[in-house]
Order: sequence, then structure tokens, then C-alpha cells
Amino acid sequence: MASTVVRPRRGDPGARRGSLYRGGEGMWSWVAHRITGVLTFFFLFAHVLDTALVRVSPESYNLIIETYKNPLVNLMEVGLVGAVLFHALNGIRIMTVDFWSKGPRYQRPMLWGILAVWVLVMIPGTYFMLERTVATMFGGA
Amino acid sequence: MTTVSPNSAAAAAEANQESYRGIEAPNSKRRRVASGKNFEMYSWLFMRLSGIVLVVLVLGHLFIMNILDGGVHRIDWGFVAGRWASPFWQMWDLTMLWLAELHGANGLRTVINDYARKDTTRFWLTMLLYASVVLTIGLGSFVIFTFDPTMGG
Repeated sequence: MASTVVRPRRGDPGARRGSLYRGGEGMWSWVAHRITGVLTFFFLFAHVLDTALVRVSPESYNLIIETYKNPLVNLMEVGLVGAVLFHALNGIRIMTVDFWSKGPRYQRPMLWGILAVWVLVMIPGTYFMLERTVATMFGGA
Repeated sequence: MTTVSPNSAAAAAEANQESYRGIEAPNSKRRRVASGKNFEMYSWLFMRLSGIVLVVLVLGHLFIMNILDGGVHRIDWGFVAGRWASPFWQMWDLTMLWLAELHGANGLRTVINDYARKDTTRFWLTMLLYASVVLTIGLGSFVIFTFDPTMGG
């Protein structure tokens, strides 16, 4: 059976530029949205299970939380916040593309916009989240 | 000229209405969606509506827990007990749990549908997903509703 997919020719300006999802920023933001979403889903599963230990006993809850108090988990917290923040900002961008009449036209500049916001939030965010770990590891406090 | 019987005219009208329910290739035959004609539309809408609420609930939760309250180093049983003593935070966490789990499950359902090649693989992955949703929402709600702050003595 012949394929119905029309392959855009290389260098054809209309074919690639006009597509929201095939190649370019539109596709990569979609990929990143999926990856950050799936990672957050698995985190949520683990997070509900560990928090459920508050119902078992204070000792068992404190025991598992103690294992989280180390630099590696601290770094993973920064990763989680970064992933969720990207997912949230890109989600807002998707909603503007879907519901705002001019959204599709500005999807590309809006992606650069949310990435700028992400960087601006993550710089102080990372500082405050890692402050304690860095001070303990290198400050001798 | 062929005469159109009332029956086939009604069928044609129905087919015409049916064709407005989704994007179809021109001149394609009428395609019936297996079950729940509008389910995918509602799930699409749910992702956006829950997404708006989750932006506030989840980013608020992350900001308070990880930045204002200093992260996991401050967390212990007493911290959780103090927090869930307030109905406000109980409702916040319960709403967040339900919306985040259903939002995430619907996203994962889409991912499974996109990448599972065999019907059996798709079926079992979806069942595993639904089981984890029932466990997470059930256990989480149970814990929030039955939590006893006096347990610590």
C-alpha cells in the first residue's frame, strides 16, 4: 500500500516552518513535556507511598524521611522542581496555543519566553534549595 | 434521477451529523469510535482545566515545602501532623492528590496508546496504570481522612 504521508522536500520552506510538531521547537517542547510529565507521575507514586507512613507510626515515617536527608536527594529535589516548573509553564503555553486565537502564531516566541522564566526562577530557586547542603558540605557549619 | 427514501435520508442526515464529531480526511467513510464518543474530547478538556488548578496547587506546594520551609531537612512526623491539623491544608493536599493523579494517569494513558504496539501490551500496561491510580488515590485519601495527630503522644 502506498504511503499517504507527503514527505516535505529538504529546503522546502513551507513544509517545515508551518508545522507545529514535526521537528524544531514545537516537537522538542512536546518531547520535554512528556518526559517531565512521566517522571513527575512516578515521583508522585513514590511520594504518596512514603507519606502514607504517617498513618503507620511516627517512627516509621521519620525513619524513611531520614534517608532523604542527603545531598543526592537534595539534588533530585532541584531536578523535580525544574521538571514540574517546565511542565507547568509549557502547559500554560499549550493552553494559550489552544484557546487564544493568536496562540499558534506565537507558539515559538512563547517557548523562548517560558524558558527565560524557567531560568529566572530556577537560579534563585536552586540557590535556596542547595544553600544548606553546600554550607554543610563545604562551609563546615 | 434516483429517489431518496425517507429512511436513507435520515441515515444520511445522521451520517452528516456524525462527521462533525472529529477531524476526518475528506471523503473518508464514517468511522465509529468504539465507546464513549466524546471521551477523548472530555479528557483533552480535563487536562487543560486540571492543569490550570494544578499550576497553583503544585507550584504552591513545591514553593512552600522546598523553598520557604527549607526542604526535606525540616520534615518529620510532627511537621506533617502540624500541617494536617488544619482543614485548609488537608483540602489542599486532597485536591492536589486527586487532580495530579488523574492528570498524570490520563497523560500516561496517552503515552501508552502512542507507544504500545501490541494490543495485549497496551491492555496490560493500561491495567497496571489503573491499578496504580486506584492504589494511590485510595491510599492517599484514606491517610488524609484518617490521620490522627495525637499519635505522636
